[in-house]
Amino acid sequence: MNKILSKEYFSANVVKFEVEAPLIAKARKAGHFVILKVGAKGERIPLTIADADLQKGTITLVIQKMGVSSSKLCALEAGDYITDMVGPLGRATHIENFGTVICACGGVGTAPMMPIVAALKQAGNRVITVLAARNKDLIILEEQMRNLSDEVIVMTDDGSYGTQGLVTNGVESVINREKVDLCVTIGPAIMMKFVSILTKKYEVPTLASLNTIMVDGTGMCGACRVSVGGKTKFVCVDGPEFDAHQVDFDEMLMRLGGYRDIEREEMAEYSKR
Amino acid sequence: MTIIEERAEQWRADLRGSMKAKERTDIPRVHMPELDAEYRSHSRLEEVNLGLTAEMAMLEAKRCLDCANPTCMEGCPVGIYIPKFVKHIEKGEFLEAAKTLKETSALPAVCGRVCPQEKQCEERCIHLKMKKESVAIGHLERFAADYERESGNISVPEVATANNIKIAAVGSGPAGLAFAGDMAKLGYEVVVFEALHEIGGVLKYGIPEFRLPNEIVDVEIQNLQAMGVHFVTNCVVGKTISIQDLEDDGYKGIFVASGAGLPRFMNIKGENLVGVMSSNEYLTRVNLMDAASEDSDTPVFKGKKVAIIGGGNTAMDSVRTARRLGADRAMIVYRRSESEMPARLEEVKHAKEEGIEFWTLHNPIEYIGNEQGRVTHMLLQVMTLGEPDESGRRSPIEIPGKTELVEVDEVVVSVGVSPNPLIPQSVQGLEVTKWGTVVVNNDTMQSAVPIIFAGGDIVRGGATVILAMGDGRKAAKAMDEWINSKK
Ligand SMILES: Cc1cc2nc3c(=O)[nH]c(=O)nc-3n(C[C@H](O)[C@H](O)[C@H](O)COP(=O)(O)OP(=O)(O)OC[C@H]3O[C@@H](n4cnc5c(N)ncnc54)[C@H](O)[C@@H]3O)c2cc1C
Ligand SMILES: Cc1cc2nc3c(=O)[nH]c(=O)nc-3n(C[C@H](O)[C@H](O)[C@H](O)COP(=O)(O)OP(=O)(O)OC[C@H]3O[C@@H](n4cnc5c(N)ncnc54)[C@H](O)[C@@H]3O)c2cc1C
Ligand code: SF4
Ligand code: FES
Repeated sequence: MNKILSKEYFSANVVKFEVEAPLIAKARKAGHFVILKVGAKGERIPLTIADADLQKGTITLVIQKMGVSSSKLCALEAGDYITDMVGPLGRATHIENFGTVICACGGVGTAPMMPIVAALKQAGNRVITVLAARNKDLIILEEQMRNLSDEVIVMTDDGSYGTQGLVTNGVESVINREKVDLCVTIGPAIMMKFVSILTKKYEVPTLASLNTIMVDGTGMCGACRVSVGGKTKFVCVDGPEFDAHQVDFDEMLMRLGGYRDIEREEMAEYSKR
Repeated sequence: MTIIEERAEQWRADLRGSMKAKERTDIPRVHMPELDAEYRSHSRLEEVNLGLTAEMAMLEAKRCLDCANPTCMEGCPVGIYIPKFVKHIEKGEFLEAAKTLKETSALPAVCGRVCPQEKQCEERCIHLKMKKESVAIGHLERFAADYERESGNISVPEVATANNIKIAAVGSGPAGLAFAGDMAKLGYEVVVFEALHEIGGVLKYGIPEFRLPNEIVDVEIQNLQAMGVHFVTNCVVGKTISIQDLEDDGYKGIFVASGAGLPRFMNIKGENLVGVMSSNEYLTRVNLMDAASEDSDTPVFKGKKVAIIGGGNTAMDSVRTARRLGADRAMIVYRRSESEMPARLEEVKHAKEEGIEFWTLHNPIEYIGNEQGRVTHMLLQVMTLGEPDESGRRSPIEIPGKTELVEVDEVVVSVGVSPNPLIPQSVQGLEVTKWGTVVVNNDTMQSAVPIIFAGGDIVRGGATVILAMGDGRKAAKAMDEWINSKK
């Protein structure tokens, strides 16, 4: 049981929690995640550790409402308890001073990108963050990202905010204007796929943080497996970050959709309640 | 008292004299009452075996000859004093029988249900030499342990005065639980760290309710808690805290019982299609996450044509689960023949009664999917048995060009597990084999790093509950001696 100390809304569907977890706070590094579960019959879902406060013994989570489990979590208030939480899991991001780094994120990937942007910045990198979404309302964490990055480029599909275009247009504009040493991308698999195709063309080394379906998060089940360079890898223990140019995104996309029908039904049920 | 002295005791001698050996061996072996096969293949949670009645147990106990040289005990990996507990049952002293079991086994209600008795104690029973069926030792073990639990007289073992020495167990499977119990009895302050949100290891997340009800494991856990054992769930040693943290925190001994939880795949084409998964994933969803229940948020596929690849207990548990979740066709695909199957005999028998199809001498070589990436077919290579290999088992060989295409909508891969690499990787100086198991001294379970002892599947690879439990007890004894020797 982990107590929620504070709750803050970044937008209607994005919530920030500060959660008591002294051991995790002490052990975590950028790129690590936790698995948590709300209620006795809840699902185990992975969430990136956005930040930690060693003095207070807390970690910060930023959650976007997607389906049943994230909605249940977002419905909790300060003072409530998260039934189960385990971490830090996965491998930490390899952080060093690479030079100039593009952090390209969209949708669910924006929250998990925050600690990576912060760590890269701290290591002395010039960090350019590209935030992308379908429209203005779906752009989240812009202010936080502006505080952490050297530059933020906002892209919307419909042009309702920032520059009109896809995340790849934003990334390409940076590559065309200056030397980029590394690109990190987190978001829907389809987005990461296109970022990867683009950066491969320009030979910019790229890391993708894969948000596959998980169950245990400790290497026990293989639900999270992906093909990287033709080999099967478990995202929860071998990742979540991989060389994007080696990842079989088409397979990952297919696997992510595996439970979509059941998830839709469950969400419809949950919304009725 | 030695075994010989105990056997010479008056009550045992009287009991032996009360009936002729011929009369005893003429009694037919008891049949375990079980749920109707058709009914149970739709009932996910009800235990299949219903347990013996007191009358049945006492009659079955009469079959045991109370041999002077009880070979059955040699077959038991932990050397349970079998004739003594059986004779207590014959006399109707069921609580005494349970007590005898507990002198050697930490989890008799569990072992009575899941031990492969036909390859252990019962295989060595004297009756077999006389062309009779062996005494149903496993059923009797279960009976005595269940009787004690249900009587409400379950005895919490005496705990020595606290010695204020902290020791840790990593993992709460049978090895960790057995270790914790013994150390608590010796007066140690025991903390068990468990990565998952539930205590019990494979007993909870792997073995299904219809074979081992959670309640039975929970009673054992409550017992340990009553003895002062402390459990910390959601704590991955090597991630949340390190072995070094534990040492710095004043733990004087650490028993690693982290199991063999890593699923193996076959690395064949199509294995990452949607609907193909490891048995660990399948069983974890159903058992640990209760995914088949309406009120659970975790999803699970309920395939109609389900193939399980493998022939072990895990494969049988998965295929019988698939049947219970509504599969019209639930199939075991195994590359050798039925006699080589590692699963318990009873599991195979139960599976067949429940309408499971057995595709022996078949091996998958490819899975084929539709445009959504969902598995729709498996391509099977037909096999035949060749010459015996070093292990004495006849090895399967392909019949060139002979394949079969079978329609499936779900495939569960159950071809073995590997040790969890987390701890071996995170501790310097630990000796590890090429299979990833931790090397220990076989007598003491102590590793190359003196403060670390290890046992169960992390040392043996995928083995059995009774061996894991035995390791836990052995490690407890040796760790106690080691700690005392340093004083
Ligand atoms: C390592 C890792 C770190 C993560 N960190 C964060 C984080 O910091 N903040 C955050 O908000 N989310 C994060 N996620 C994603 C988060 O775990 C999922 O959004 C959550 O599990 C959804 O559960 P649900 O029941 O609410 O939705 P579901 O009912 O499971 O899904 C609802 C819809 O969302 C889609 N969906 C589900 N999961 C994903 C996914 N991983 N990627 C893309 N689409 C998905 C489904 O296909 C479905 O259409 C992370 C995922 C991973 C693997
Ligand atoms: C489906 C299935 C059916 C089986 N059927 C039978 C049967 O009928 N008869 C039989 O004798 N055997 C059977 N077995 C095998 C038997 O269950 C195992 O041999 C036995 O459970 C091993 O015990 P263990 O204590 O070594 O490990 P486990 O039971 O695997 O427990 C290990 C525990 O350690 C935890 N852990 C791992 N790493 C860490 C870490 N770093 N920090 C904290 N905790 C950690 C795990 O989460 C787990 O709970 C079966 C196995 C399976 C999977
Ligand atoms: S523990 Fe297993 S092997 Fe030993 S007597 Fe019981 S059933 Fe037989
Ligand atoms: S989530 Fe189970 S192995 Fe990665």
